[in-house]
Amino acid sequence: MTRKFAIQSANQNRFPAFHPAGRAGASFKPQHFDAIKAEPTSVGFLEIHAENYMGAGGPPHAVLSEIRTLLPVSLHGVCMSIGGLDPIDPEHLSRFANLVERYEPFKVSEHLAWSTHDDVFFNDLLPLPYTDETLKRVCEHIDQVQEAIGRPMLLENPSTYVLFSESSWNETDFLREIVKRTGCGLLLDINNVFVSATNHGFSATEYLAEFPLEHVGEVHLAGHDEQEDDEGAPLLIDSHDRPVADPVWSLYETVIEQCGPIDTLVEWDSDVPDWPILRSEAIAAERILDRHRGRQQNVKRHALHS
Amino acid sequence: MPSTPDMPAEGNSAAYDGAFGSVLLDPGRATPQGLTGPCGKSANKRFNVYRNNVTHSLVTALTEIFPTVAQILGKENFRMIARDFVRAHPPRSPLVFEYGQDFARFLAGCAPISHLKYLPDVARLERAWLDAYHAADHAPLDADDLGALPPEALATAVFTPHPAARFISSAYAIHTIFTAHREGPMPERINAGLAQAVLVTRPALTVQVRKIDHGQFLFIEALSRGAPLQQAVGLSLEAVPEFDLQAAIALTIESGAFAGCRSSNDIDEKD
Repeated sequence: MTRKFAIQSANQNRFPAFHPAGRAGASFKPQHFDAIKAEPTSVGFLEIHAENYMGAGGPPHAVLSEIRTLLPVSLHGVCMSIGGLDPIDPEHLSRFANLVERYEPFKVSEHLAWSTHDDVFFNDLLPLPYTDETLKRVCEHIDQVQEAIGRPMLLENPSTYVLFSESSWNETDFLREIVKRTGCGLLLDINNVFVSATNHGFSATEYLAEFPLEHVGEVHLAGHDEQEDDEGAPLLIDSHDRPVADPVWSLYETVIEQCGPIDTLVEWDSDVPDWPILRSEAIAAERILDRHRGRQQNVKRHALHS
Repeated sequence: MPSTPDMPAEGNSAAYDGAFGSVLLDPGRATPQGLTGPCGKSANKRFNVYRNNVTHSLVTALTEIFPTVAQILGKENFRMIARDFVRAHPPRSPLVFEYGQDFARFLAGCAPISHLKYLPDVARLERAWLDAYHAADHAPLDADDLGALPPEALATAVFTPHPAARFISSAYAIHTIFTAHREGPMPERINAGLAQAVLVTRPALTVQVRKIDHGQFLFIEALSRGAPLQQAVGLSLEAVPEFDLQAAIALTIESGAFAGCRSSNDIDEKD
């Protein structure tokens, strides 16, 4: 079942209506504000973490309002706890919906993960087993979010370090079923695919072959750290603190070759470098997008946004 | 990737969030049941990634909320104390910039640093700074608002606090300590035993931190809890005979500590 959402904002178009289709963007960090303002066309869009803009007022909102006049912004929620068994926090959902209404982001996304249990907020993207029960719960939560924001959201595939012995679905089938039941789109994080594939010993290429690419509305790229598991095998950590790794670039090019240009974000959230370094990562993604612009797509992708 | 077994689980998913939740912040407890690596590999180090992520991210958040306290204690000491705080008082809201409201009290009860008596009040000031930073935007009271009141209404005028305004009175030199660590330069010696009161405001986009005298503190504190002007003046004069009313009025306007004022008779009439 795919639902139709009427865009319901009463006072839309307070900001320029950008259509960055198939551009590369970067995580927005306030320390880059002046540099971005000096050359706003150097990236296609900026992505913000919703929770950083949930204060009542002050510099974060002033900066974001100005950024929003210069560039399209995508809103990425980190703390909705969609993958938790607890109900969605109505207060948090309402803050999230207010941001969508206020800043008119061109994409809205959240994670297949959880972060709050029993009112304790763990500030991390924690994993869930893939069962019929969690599938139902996740779909209920996504329905609630989409109802509140009046439009479809994108759900991001996680990077994980453990598996649940009770899981009865594989991740790509689980995601496909969520899309089918809720009408949401997907955010394909290719670094997460590579991290999980390494950590759990499966093939990233095969995972991507099974991934419902036709529903992908945005791609994420990021850097990862390497540690070791109990047996001394590599255990990759989704750290977002360095440049995108070469194998992730290769997987990315394969996906874009197959699908055509998809809005792509380079994330960098820790040990954030000066703007030119982050910008150069976005430009590298843009070059790959450019190479495949105008080519016949091998995957027919669904239009996710009006 | 686990493959789809023949019999999918139905309605009996273990409460994985509860199982994680009860051990994530407790290093003494074992990895939850039912977690594995691929091909039955052990999940202990794997699960510890989550433990580390949770603790590290929250400790880092506290370092960013309390940078002066962190500088004074030194990075390692601060992280150790912050880790204990995270375990005892995990956040109850996903808005991390609101975290640590009870950190000052925790520091006050922390025996190994009990000699740093000024530290809890420095933490209070840092928390107030971030509250002011994220507070709702509002134009501050200006001289015209005050001038618009009829002269006979002045004595009973009441003031609405500005959403960003915070004030702290301390037996220690928290203003000197705070500004030395945040803006520099660092004086050669700080006499921490000097009592100081601080007013934190954000009339526009910049947080301002002012040292105020005891009379001004009492005055602003009285007005903020709704005392009429004359009563606030009386309280301040009683405690500080040399209280300078003109300077205090000028401060209430310059600082942006208030959002508005009105004749309290208006309220009575409206009621």
